[in-house]
Amino acid sequence: MNHTQDTPCSSAKHQKVLLMGTCLCDAFYADAAKATVEILEHLGVEVIFPIDQTCCGQPAFNSGDWKSSRKVARHAADVFAGKLPIIVPSGSCAAMHRHGNPLQFEKEDDLPVIEDMGRRTFELTDFIVNELGITSWPGKLDAKIAFHHSCHTRGTGTRAAATTLLNAIDGVQLVEYGQKEQCCGFGGTFCVTFPNISGKMGTLKLDNLLDDQPDFLVSADLSCMMHLGGLAEKQNRPITYRHVAQILLASLKGVTP
Amino acid sequence: MPSHQLIDTYAAEISAEKQASVMGGTSSGTEKRYNVLFNDYPDPDAIRKVAAQIKQHTLDHLDTYLAQAEEQLTANGANVHFAETDQDARETVLNILQQHGVKRLTKSKSMASEEIHLNPYLVKNGIECLESDLGEFIIQLDDDVPSHIVKPIIHKNRREIANTFLKEGIAQDYNDDPETITRRARTHLREKYFQAEAGITGGNFVSAESGRMVLVTNEGNARFGMAPPPVHIALIGIEKLVPRDQDLGVLLNLLGRSATGQQLTVYTQFINGPRSAQQPSGPEHMHVVFMDNGRSDILASNCKEILRCIRCSACQNVCPIYRQSSGHAYRATYGGPVGAVLSPLLAGDKFPELADLPKASTLCGACREVCPVDIPIPDLLLRLRDRAKQEKIKSPGALPMAPFAELATSPKLWRTTMTMSKAMNHLPLHVAPIKPMQAWLGQRTLPRSTGGDFRKWLKKRQD
Repeated sequence: MNHTQDTPCSSAKHQKVLLMGTCLCDAFYADAAKATVEILEHLGVEVIFPIDQTCCGQPAFNSGDWKSSRKVARHAADVFAGKLPIIVPSGSCAAMHRHGNPLQFEKEDDLPVIEDMGRRTFELTDFIVNELGITSWPGKLDAKIAFHHSCHTRGTGTRAAATTLLNAIDGVQLVEYGQKEQCCGFGGTFCVTFPNISGKMGTLKLDNLLDDQPDFLVSADLSCMMHLGGLAEKQNRPITYRHVAQILLASLKGVTP
Repeated sequence: MPSHQLIDTYAAEISAEKQASVMGGTSSGTEKRYNVLFNDYPDPDAIRKVAAQIKQHTLDHLDTYLAQAEEQLTANGANVHFAETDQDARETVLNILQQHGVKRLTKSKSMASEEIHLNPYLVKNGIECLESDLGEFIIQLDDDVPSHIVKPIIHKNRREIANTFLKEGIAQDYNDDPETITRRARTHLREKYFQAEAGITGGNFVSAESGRMVLVTNEGNARFGMAPPPVHIALIGIEKLVPRDQDLGVLLNLLGRSATGQQLTVYTQFINGPRSAQQPSGPEHMHVVFMDNGRSDILASNCKEILRCIRCSACQNVCPIYRQSSGHAYRATYGGPVGAVLSPLLAGDKFPELADLPKASTLCGACREVCPVDIPIPDLLLRLRDRAKQEKIKSPGALPMAPFAELATSPKLWRTTMTMSKAMNHLPLHVAPIKPMQAWLGQRTLPRSTGGDFRKWLKKRQD
């Protein structure tokens, strides 16, 4: 598949983008992917979804099986070829394209192709705020929201972008919950290879979170939410979590996310 | 729940008391570091980057700077020794001690000496060797090992220490007041200082330009240990060099702040060589032992950035895995994020025995964010995971990734699998004999599918 004939990503307008849906949305969280499409379209962006897409390859990369991971990354580079920006509702997958892939392709001949894919990849809110220049958000949502800073957004534009957009929503009360720099303990395959430490880390986050009693726990990464939500439910203190795109859409539509 | 990974098992079995000590010590360390750095500097990150450049530049030209340092140290009157292996380093120190007829000595805190297990070696060879850093002194009394680079007894509380003092006869009665503990240790140690015939120290930095070495402590024990006796031996890793004296300005400003949240440690000693004819006191002999012990191999590897480390422990303090498991879980001299990289590398041929350490990370990146010399620790952990896989080292509990890659490069099969996954909540997975599934379910419930099939929805919408 090739999209070379389309508008290059350096264009100020970004009329067209490629959507990377993520494996989690494919498997569980269709709502978040739908919300991503709807808010991008609301902003006048045409969304193209290459159907042969699968995963960014991160599970294999983090496990140390770079050979397998490179195979998946090459598939992604093929699926997302061209010049269009690649938008992904996940800081983690964006970090994989931007940082992880160049690391594992350091000595590979196709490094330039992989680097190009990384440069074109944007986490959703980073794209909206820093590429499209949007810092206000229409609609209204009366909700107390705790924003979870996922680790893969450390040092990227996403952190400020997501909170900028959430803060811009009329009625949203954003709370920064305790020890925001501490990881939730998901860590991909870490959560099943180090289940005890993962559980203890998540419990610490939940203790901090529940002190604030938010209506929603919100993040740019559903993987952290899946872990924290599952942990909370197992401990009989359930939390309601949403992807940031679902909050933005709910505000637009005037509905409960 | 039981786990395949040793560090995870350690964390599951750690006593609540020990874990509370580690959690408390590391959290306060992280907070103090943050406060002092951000209070003192408008952009601490910029300074970190400069420090990283200084150290990386030194490593990239280490042969030149080592030769220069040797020349300067010799001109200053010191004897310079090079030790290639841990055994060489131990023997070199012992030879120097025997040459000077030393039978008893004091030693200030030195990670290099921990790395080569110098104490037990010297004791075995008939030399009385007393640790003079309060934490290390307590470690020695308890026959324990340090669990933290800067706070070796971070895993202990004052009640345990008071009991040790009572048991070892340092105190006549139980008293866990920190000031009393310190005063009692001081009285005990003071006498030993005057009996010592040599002082062994580490070295935080050596300036190649001047041969000036720097030692930082908060207790003054390094100075008190090395100044009165006639012999001073400094055991220093070859990576501790900096090119110029002025580079120390950058690194010292970061070391104290990153390590203990202090602008500068209480004692910062600049040692220019042995006592000169004009000086009223000081050691007559100074020996500097530059230790390689695997560092040259690291320098030639794809993890050389780890040698920038100035042993501040900020990464240990901030690391959520270290906080939950303690430094002892890492089964090596260096624990925490820096240790997860450095320890397997220093193990040389025994890399497989510690190849699990780099896996003990969610790759959250907090370590890199606080590192005063900007070591890309998560990248190095990943490189070591790749190395372990390439060397076919078994990783208990790891999921096979070749089938995943197969699935993730077969779009049709992928789509079918993803559709099927929506049925997960209707399957009796809690009884499925799938280990990773059980590890997930031991702590968490399964996610529920929300919103149906995205691909079908989008196709319909765009048709």
